[in-house]
Amino acid sequence: MTTTPITWRRWAALASGSLGVVLLAMAATVWRLNRVTDLPAASAMAVTDARLVARGAYLARLGNCAGCHTARGGLAYAGGRGLATPFGTVVAGNLTPDPLTGLGLWNADDFWRALHDGRSRDGRLLVPAFPYTEFTQIVRADSDALFAYLRSLRPVPQPNRPHELRFPYNTQAAQAVWRALYFRPGSFRPEPARSAEWNRGAYLVRGLGHCAACHAPRNVLGATQDAQALAGGQLPMQPWYAPALGLAGLGETAAAHMVALLKTGTGPQGTASGPMAEVVFNSTQHWSEADLQAAALYLQDLPAAPAPRPAQPAPPEQMALGAQLYARHCADCHGPRGEGVPGAYPPLAGNPSVRLATPTNLIQSVLHGGFAPATAGNPQPYGMPPMQWQDAEIAAVLSFVRQSWGESAGAVRALDVTKLR
Amino acid sequence: MIRRLLPFILAAFVGLAWPVPPALAADPPAKPATVLQVPDTLAQRALACTGCHGPQGRATPTGYLPRIAGKPAGYLHQQLLSFRDGRRQHDGMARLLQNLTDDYLMALAGHFAALELPYPAPPRRPVDEASATLGRQLVEQGDAGRGLPACVQCHGAAMTGVSPAIPGLLGLPRDYLVAQLGAWRTGARQATAPDCMAVLAKRLQPQDIGAVAEWLSTRPLPADTRPAVAAAQPLPVACGSVAP
Repeated sequence: MTTTPITWRRWAALASGSLGVVLLAMAATVWRLNRVTDLPAASAMAVTDARLVARGAYLARLGNCAGCHTARGGLAYAGGRGLATPFGTVVAGNLTPDPLTGLGLWNADDFWRALHDGRSRDGRLLVPAFPYTEFTQIVRADSDALFAYLRSLRPVPQPNRPHELRFPYNTQAAQAVWRALYFRPGSFRPEPARSAEWNRGAYLVRGLGHCAACHAPRNVLGATQDAQALAGGQLPMQPWYAPALGLAGLGETAAAHMVALLKTGTGPQGTASGPMAEVVFNSTQHWSEADLQAAALYLQDLPAAPAPRPAQPAPPEQMALGAQLYARHCADCHGPRGEGVPGAYPPLAGNPSVRLATPTNLIQSVLHGGFAPATAGNPQPYGMPPMQWQDAEIAAVLSFVRQSWGESAGAVRALDVTKLR
Repeated sequence: MIRRLLPFILAAFVGLAWPVPPALAADPPAKPATVLQVPDTLAQRALACTGCHGPQGRATPTGYLPRIAGKPAGYLHQQLLSFRDGRRQHDGMARLLQNLTDDYLMALAGHFAALELPYPAPPRRPVDEASATLGRQLVEQGDAGRGLPACVQCHGAAMTGVSPAIPGLLGLPRDYLVAQLGAWRTGARQATAPDCMAVLAKRLQPQDIGAVAEWLSTRPLPADTRPAVAAAQPLPVACGSVAP
């Protein structure tokens, strides 16, 4: 009996000792996985080379750097736009070459390390809202071209607002652990069995284009899951669903439609809306035809979204109300059979966005209306007014659209609409 | 008896069992497929605007949203840019305009500016004499002691605005006018510096704003509702949004 406390203490000591060893091992792993990696040699070209700057300008368009690094109505690349995340707001920094507030003191190595390894010039770990998880694929020559372009901008003295992240996400330790779990610096390795065009597409989609930032699902710690499958995902903190991008088995026509959508903002199967309209406006309309084709070629090797399972039919009274509202308010533009007007209004019949499992994007479009992005290929887009309807009316018209003309996507409930108001 | 009826009974069974031709099974046949067409016009494109601003942009003074038909093009363009770029705050407007170019917004502004359409009669409301006197005085004479020029000095003697950048003040909802003057006071609405209206709105007391808005929103429009051509005399306050 008297030995019991001693045994208990011995066990406790042993347990805490082992726990300590495990924690130490974990800390060592996190540290090891966050070591600074060696730098590849900077590309030989001088950063003042005009051609390099021009190429960097194009690459910055490809990556839509200005999309995050420009505040609404602010000066381009001067930072200040806040991105809401589940962990707090991340504020994009000033990329202009101002020495005090921007990248004025950075060199090409510092910049490469930020893209490739997610580290700032002072070694600080950057937050992964900056998609270094994708940018790590960027080759050094492109990094140098981007940097040369950013150096060529007019310096804007605009101090960076600090991030507003909650504890513990605002600590470097949290960043280190996150990186240990979800990030390894990588490099794009072309697949020799594939064509140069396919590899160019893969490089753009996986790297600079950072499509996975929206089009892949994220886990509770905000890490994209199976990012390269681009199977679609709910945008963090934004009521929009980014659909799957794979085009496998959908044929050349689907690829051509995707190119048209990315180039002009509208295509035979639908119109870019919400955050994608912004991406088209700022980035993809400026991609070269060759790069768009390459991306589409690559996407033809990724699995398409599985066909949705036929859903329960909407209640007849909801369908009746939906049909009535559709005929009165929607059919003039979207057509009595949901066929749309080519070049003006997107079709609803056969539109992949209409049959998505989640009706989020449709509800957003009815609630807020919208214009397709104004692009060189579609400079004066047609618009849809915000519909000032009851939630039940919006649900009815969307159930009707999702279950007409051969579609059988899930009915929409008034509650689905209420949640997005 | 049965034998005599048999052909009919058989016929009935055959009729039931016979596959019904598709044309009869479906609902009345759809109209022959025609390609839907819409007018290739700015008016058609701007249906996104007229859903809230009224058909042809003729919102009446009974609601909140302002009429846009007939306002000067330069003014409308500035407002569209301001909503898009965050100098004016309206989530719905910002969403709609987010991915539109300066050029396209100018085209839309020009479309609504060119619409010369009649105005409805102003709303009739019980008149508070003191408030009406104050409102009229500020609109027509201003208050030199407080550094307030009269509204008519810039917005045109008829208050129908001055092309291309100064808006008319008539035919607008009272609540809209109150909200704009309030937004200038708080900085929620901004214009190109020097922001003359922000300067002036900060010299107004709340009762001034109520009186001016009530007075303006109950004025009938003159026979000629078009904005005046640019005034010859200089503005009493420097305005960045009015190009020299």
